[in-house]
Amino acid sequence: MVSAILFYLFALMILGGAVLMVTRRNAVHAALWLVVTLLGVAGVFLLRSAEFLFVVQIMLYIGGVVLLILFVIMLVNLDAEARQPRFHRQWLLALACAVVVGAEIVYVLLSGLEAFRLAPAVTAVQTGGSTERLADVLFSEYLLPFEIASILLLVAIVGSVVMAKKRI
Amino acid sequence: MAGVPLAWYLILSAILFALGIAGFLFRRNLITMFMSIELMLNAVNLSFVAFSYKFGRVDGQIFTFFVMVVAAAEAAVGLAIILAVFRTRKTLAVDEIDSLKY
Repeated sequence: MVSAILFYLFALMILGGAVLMVTRRNAVHAALWLVVTLLGVAGVFLLRSAEFLFVVQIMLYIGGVVLLILFVIMLVNLDAEARQPRFHRQWLLALACAVVVGAEIVYVLLSGLEAFRLAPAVTAVQTGGSTERLADVLFSEYLLPFEIASILLLVAIVGSVVMAKKRI
Repeated sequence: MAGVPLAWYLILSAILFALGIAGFLFRRNLITMFMSIELMLNAVNLSFVAFSYKFGRVDGQIFTFFVMVVAAAEAAVGLAIILAVFRTRKTLAVDEIDSLKY
């Protein structure tokens, strides 16, 4: 019961934050509403017993990515932008595309979960916490992707420094 | 125990993804479009975690972890590109960044 109420609360945070993020004219306001959405997603992670991802979501997304976005918003001068129309010229085409994608997702959801042919649910092996199991699998089965991800981050660091330099 | 069924998580994820698409297609500010991409990534993460809980396996959480890593890398490079575009064009409106179009 409590988890259902919390789910509705987090869903309201996610959807309300997302709608306001898309529609706000001021980029800083949009970034702050993005924080609300990301907090809601973090809450849903906690409800689905993904405690590690809850912490990573808050530290990496809200503390890292949104902070970076806010820094960039303050580095570029958006005052002139704020007075111009919010939506661009091809908004009719954009509306058609968004409606088509939304209708497609609704159709798939309406055709039911059976249409996906899911494998039968495995009974959860509840030994230790979720984070412990995550670490076990991450550092055994997914060790190679983990190392590749670290190389990707290194490339991103070097690349962003090169891109942001005054003279490229 | 289950409380909220899996389908509701999927519907929430779908609505969030559609909102991300709408934001990406409608807005003309490059930074807001970038934030819409983050919305879509989060919608996919929601689905992954919901399925992971449903099947009692942590693979979905690991995929979410990798998506977050890629999103962080994308944020660093993407925002550097946005800064470079702003420095040369003095604007972030996508209508006016069209030299590849013609």
